[in-house]
Amino acid sequence: MTVLMEIKDLKVHYPIRSGFWNRITDYVYAADGISFTIEAGKTYGLVGESGSGKSTIGKAIVGLEKITSGQILFNGEDVSKPSVRRKMKYNKDVQMIFQDSLSSLNPKKTIYQIIAEPIRNFDKMDKESEKQRVIQLLDIVGLSKNAMFQYPHQFSGGQRQRIGIARAIATNPKLIIADEPVSALDLSIQAQVLNFMKRIQKELGISFLFISHDLGVVRHMTKNIAIMHLGRFVELGTREDIYNNPQHIYTKRLLSAIPQIDIANRDANKAKRAQVEAEYQEKRSHFYDQDGLAYPMHQISDTHWVSTPPTNISEGAGK
Amino acid sequence: MKEETLLSINGVSVAFKINGEFYTAIDDVSLELHRDEVLAIVGESGSGKSTLATTVIGLHNMNATKITGEINFQNKEILELSEDEFNDIRGDEMGMIFQDPLAALNPLIRIGDQIKESLDVHSDMTEDQKQARVHELLNQVGIPHPERVAKQFPHQLSGGMRQRIIIAIAIANKPQLIIADEPTTALDVTIQAQILDLLKDIQRENHAGIILITHDLGVVAEVADTVAVMYAGEIVEQAPVATLFNDAKHPYTRSLLRAMPTIDSEDDELYVVEGAVPSIKDMDRNSDLFAPRIPWTKPDVGHPVLKEIAPNHYVRGESWREFKFKDEL
Repeated sequence: MTVLMEIKDLKVHYPIRSGFWNRITDYVYAADGISFTIEAGKTYGLVGESGSGKSTIGKAIVGLEKITSGQILFNGEDVSKPSVRRKMKYNKDVQMIFQDSLSSLNPKKTIYQIIAEPIRNFDKMDKESEKQRVIQLLDIVGLSKNAMFQYPHQFSGGQRQRIGIARAIATNPKLIIADEPVSALDLSIQAQVLNFMKRIQKELGISFLFISHDLGVVRHMTKNIAIMHLGRFVELGTREDIYNNPQHIYTKRLLSAIPQIDIANRDANKAKRAQVEAEYQEKRSHFYDQDGLAYPMHQISDTHWVSTPPTNISEGAGK
Repeated sequence: MKEETLLSINGVSVAFKINGEFYTAIDDVSLELHRDEVLAIVGESGSGKSTLATTVIGLHNMNATKITGEINFQNKEILELSEDEFNDIRGDEMGMIFQDPLAALNPLIRIGDQIKESLDVHSDMTEDQKQARVHELLNQVGIPHPERVAKQFPHQLSGGMRQRIIIAIAIANKPQLIIADEPTTALDVTIQAQILDLLKDIQRENHAGIILITHDLGVVAEVADTVAVMYAGEIVEQAPVATLFNDAKHPYTRSLLRAMPTIDSEDDELYVVEGAVPSIKDMDRNSDLFAPRIPWTKPDVGHPVLKEIAPNHYVRGESWREFKFKDEL
């Protein structure tokens, strides 16, 4: 498989200013030392709680966030500088789908204008073929061509999210960052949008970085999952590694918190959850350094990486 | 204790006035809630589940709403209460937990004072007793350093902490009935699990009844005792929680269960319920309202009725008897 994007030791730190001179007194480590690789045509899941820095990574990749240090290599070129991004038309190849479909679509523009905007920015087309392209895109996401002349508020949440997807795929991107694309949607609409994303990926061969806090959705969408906590990766692996053989206490805690449809064993599950939570509180200091950050990850199998304390790797990994 | 009926909703219909005309949002809903019971109401947005909750707690603008039927709460007909009489119950015997904790808290008032407000209105404690009660409540909902948090403002707390404050306010006067409208939808899974466990603990203490409104079937499976599934303002199926997950009958319930990406699903495609909930103006009460979303099934004639098909298991209409998903045909 060809490597599409390589992220090397990415850091995004926000300064905290305080005191009389408003000097920088400390930093928020929103993303700290993140490295991973995205291969063409694959989906990657990025899971974490709010505040873990998962959206920061997504924004840094599309260039909406200034990075502190590190490299984002796209087809071998470092795209962390705006000039490089412009030169190679990076934003044609990398697009984003947002969580809140209403606030990410301009209420004063018609659906035609919204979807045609990225086409006009990157592809030179005459009026007629531009129109054909918009109709084609609407068809891909299952909307009729009459939708072109309507405004975002005239659509339901699921339809709006599909319009967001149509806009994101308008320029034939190679990578789409999907930041919590279904967390605001009802179950049946969520199913619809997830199916669309899977189908589009299969047909167009797009890579997805799927950012979510919902482990059920992530498991459905992808085979490659990274768990993030407090700005660092704590575990990285395949679906089987993460769900069947979790190593880090934080991963175990996340998994135990997922509501289970197992009514007969409800109390047992609750007790187990309490036990995992107690273990997490007790062993927390062991798995995180004195600043409260996770330790660097070590490889424990071909596909599985875990953040382990430096001194006793074997003990941490053996559990 | 278990069988004592706390709240009984009898044939309640709610209609809203839109441009001078009344449209039915809830049609002939009957439910019963016992002490120590968690009744979950599930359905998509637009199915009327929140409208039902706001009807019970009396938050509708009566100038634009028409409510018929009976709601009996601890031997009081609450639909016949005056505004003042209702104000005595609301926040005292009934507590409500809202979905968005940031919108439900006043940003300019300290946490402690917001919790104290409901004590000011409904109890005759002294100032010192109230202060002590506030700290006790904060402690009960699992907030570390209650004295310090009581002096903070809402924006200084995280989302999970704010939701705990909302719960503390809702339970301040030890209510008999707690209505929780999507209490964990805005929260992370780890915090969601903690909040659900907390709600259960509080319930055990007061022997309260809880109405839990949610669209998350995982949450339902974790905490509910009884589940009512609503569609287009009607209950389409009602059953004990184990029955609902193991032996759901109504096509809508089965569709919802199928659309859920469970942790064990390896299927490539998720099931999609075609179409959408009809808007309030397009609900033809004289027909099988869910039928348009399963067009391959023969719809019920006229308006289907809710029938008890097994003890405590109610299903609307007859079409479920022959219903099969497309891939099962």
